[in-house]
Amino acid sequence: MKTDPSAVWKQSLRNGLIAGGIAILVSLVGLVEAFGDDYIISGLVSVGELILLFPIFLFAYLTIHGNSGQSRATQLGMTALIGLVAGLMLTLLVIVGSTTNMREMFVNASPALFNMLTRGVPFPLGALVPPLQCILAAWISLGFTLIPERFRKPISLGILWVIILGTLRDQILLISIIQVEPLYTIFRYFIFAQSGLSLIGALIIFVLATGLSYYTSTRQKATQVTRTPKRQKTTRIILFMGLGVLIALLPQILGLFYSEILDTTGLFIMMGLGLNIVVGFAGLLDLGYVAFYAIGAYTMGVLTSSGLGLFDLTFWQAMPFALLVAWLAGLLLGLPVLRMRGDYLAIVTLGFGEIVRLLALSNWLRGTLGGTQGIQSIAQPAIGPIRFDSIQSLYYLIVLGIIIVAFVAWRLKGSRLGRSWMAVREDEDVAQAMGINLVLTKLMAFSTGALFAGLAGALGAAKLTSVYPHSMTFLVSINVLVLIIIGGMGSIPGVFVGALVLVGLPGILTEFQEYRLWFYGLALVLVMLLRPEGLWPEARRKLELHEAETEGLVPIEEMAPAATFTELPRDR
Amino acid sequence: MAVLTADKVTKRFGGLDALQRIDLEVKEQAIQSIIGPNGAGKTTFFNCVTGFYTPEEGEIYLEGHPIVGMSPDRVAKRGIARTYQNIRLFKNMTAIENILVGMHPHLRSTMIGGILHTRGTLSEEAESLAEARRLLGFVNLTGQGDMLAKNLPYGAQRRLEIARALANKPKLLLLDEPTAGMNPSETQATMNLIRRLRDELGITILLIEHQMRVVMGISELITVLDYGAKIAEGLPQEIQGNPTVIEAYLGKGSAREFTIAPSTEA
Repeated sequence: MKTDPSAVWKQSLRNGLIAGGIAILVSLVGLVEAFGDDYIISGLVSVGELILLFPIFLFAYLTIHGNSGQSRATQLGMTALIGLVAGLMLTLLVIVGSTTNMREMFVNASPALFNMLTRGVPFPLGALVPPLQCILAAWISLGFTLIPERFRKPISLGILWVIILGTLRDQILLISIIQVEPLYTIFRYFIFAQSGLSLIGALIIFVLATGLSYYTSTRQKATQVTRTPKRQKTTRIILFMGLGVLIALLPQILGLFYSEILDTTGLFIMMGLGLNIVVGFAGLLDLGYVAFYAIGAYTMGVLTSSGLGLFDLTFWQAMPFALLVAWLAGLLLGLPVLRMRGDYLAIVTLGFGEIVRLLALSNWLRGTLGGTQGIQSIAQPAIGPIRFDSIQSLYYLIVLGIIIVAFVAWRLKGSRLGRSWMAVREDEDVAQAMGINLVLTKLMAFSTGALFAGLAGALGAAKLTSVYPHSMTFLVSINVLVLIIIGGMGSIPGVFVGALVLVGLPGILTEFQEYRLWFYGLALVLVMLLRPEGLWPEARRKLELHEAETEGLVPIEEMAPAATFTELPRDR
Repeated sequence: MAVLTADKVTKRFGGLDALQRIDLEVKEQAIQSIIGPNGAGKTTFFNCVTGFYTPEEGEIYLEGHPIVGMSPDRVAKRGIARTYQNIRLFKNMTAIENILVGMHPHLRSTMIGGILHTRGTLSEEAESLAEARRLLGFVNLTGQGDMLAKNLPYGAQRRLEIARALANKPKLLLLDEPTAGMNPSETQATMNLIRRLRDELGITILLIEHQMRVVMGISELITVLDYGAKIAEGLPQEIQGNPTVIEAYLGKGSAREFTIAPSTEA
């Protein structure tokens, strides 16, 4: 332990400054004011206030957590200091903001914001409001650490659910199953208020979530011992079947708004799985991946659009061509760039992505690709009498596509080709010295990745019944890349997690749309700092211990004097 | 018959002659060494043999077939495997996967087979897995096969690298400083292993080594390089007393006072 008693105060001061800095940042970015009227609990706590005070909660908690050995009185003082420092910084912001004109630089430094920070109290007294508020927040954090260990997790889960449901009031009321009548009245007028949860609703949700979490955590400990492998297997099968049924019913349960988000997320999952082969498995950084999506989409468009009237194929007739063209494009790009490594490869692929977009945009190919207008009235798939012409029905085709693509990616990962990809990723020269044909292996990665994106493109074109060059921007490539990085490079479940977090979540949080890139940056930095291997890291298959390992190595092992190797020190 | 024959191999980097008209012959089932001061061109020679560099002049034959100009993967398929001076395993793959990659040139399964799990692919995978486990046991890594290569201790990494090279089923194995950074008992264990590779598996071995104890104890023939040129070749005892060699290592005039002997290397 530190001997210097002033160390804890220095640390508190520092953490207070950081918390205050973050609070100022979120205020100036506009998050606080924009969500000042969006209540979590109606009339009590708004989303803006939570965003403002969250850094103080967090840093007070972290400080106490790191100094759990200190006496209660010291901890009380420390949290008070953190709150005071952060609060004074906010007061300073208000004073500076109301005396000088900051709005030229910070558009959001408005009187409304300052009014919020001081809670409408006029000045001399108002200067005290932010510090008091922040000290209170820090003390709430301290109070939280006083809760006994076994209640802490249930209670934090309860609070989390209240926050989530309160923030998502509008989105939850859009779910179609909730719009069924008795349910809608209950939710709309009882649990929710005009904005956020009603007080009673918040209480009910808090009690429910906390109670459930506490109940399951105590039950789990009791049953853990009795579960046999066979029972585990049956519960897993039941779990998978339940998941399958849930996935199948999702569009009906959730309704149109969510089906649209599900479709988009699905397309991104498909692209993510493809790019994961190129970047995650084979380690080839591809920054122009959207090109293959565009090629798939445009091929589908050119071949089926009745507006263009060039070919007029059906969706299913055009699909093989879309896949073939995307696959060939993968080969075509692969051939010249195979000699490049790392940064060079990234730049060339970036260029390729832009070339494809500009070609689609160009006047030169206007006759076939439609130029800036793109292609409209693209055919939608149909099987016999069933027409996949709505967002909700196309969902099933997208899910089917994801299942196929994920299966192929998963099988390839464990195959000879998958191992070669990973060897190339780890060390290209050594992989070649082990007899791996670099050209062929990289081409396979590129073309397989392109194929998956082509499939996503064809489905995406059918979903919108149109394609535009403006939707094929560099940002899409970056989106896909970021979701792989955040999910976990080379990890197949990671792609799903990454897509849900980076595409699904922003889709739901429409109000946050403006702050989407902000959120991306924050998520990237946090993941890189806290979990550099991603949210769901790549797992290596266990191959050695599948069977009894003693068989097969007898002849050579016998001749070896055992002492030869066992005398080697194990760690060095 | 010679497994490897180098015929006047010359490699230049800009103005520097890294290798000058090197002749070298490695007899079947021999254990031979290349020694020389730092920068003598030993590793460059290995890189020429494995196809990583293409020599400007000269020819290299593997069992009578010229291999200059072949890409490294084709050379590997023809039966030359190597290890590296600074261990170069596939760090984020497990030990057993490293060995499976080494088997790559001898496996036939295709992309389609891998996706559909055809019968041929499955049986081939099962066989190669059994073989990989056997090799893992051979280098005494049983039980550590599912560890990531980067998490293995140093000595184990060296042995895994040899196992990976063995998975290539080489006729000729090139070992680049196999005992670098090892203590005396590890060094002794590695020497025993090298002998067993030759005696039990019939693999011809060419190694680069700095520890004189290893070189003198294990080699049947030693080639000495200095500034890219071959300055001596002979049996260990011949090299130990060779004045040119001593001069190359210790400078002019040293030959009168010193001999290179195992005892000088502690």
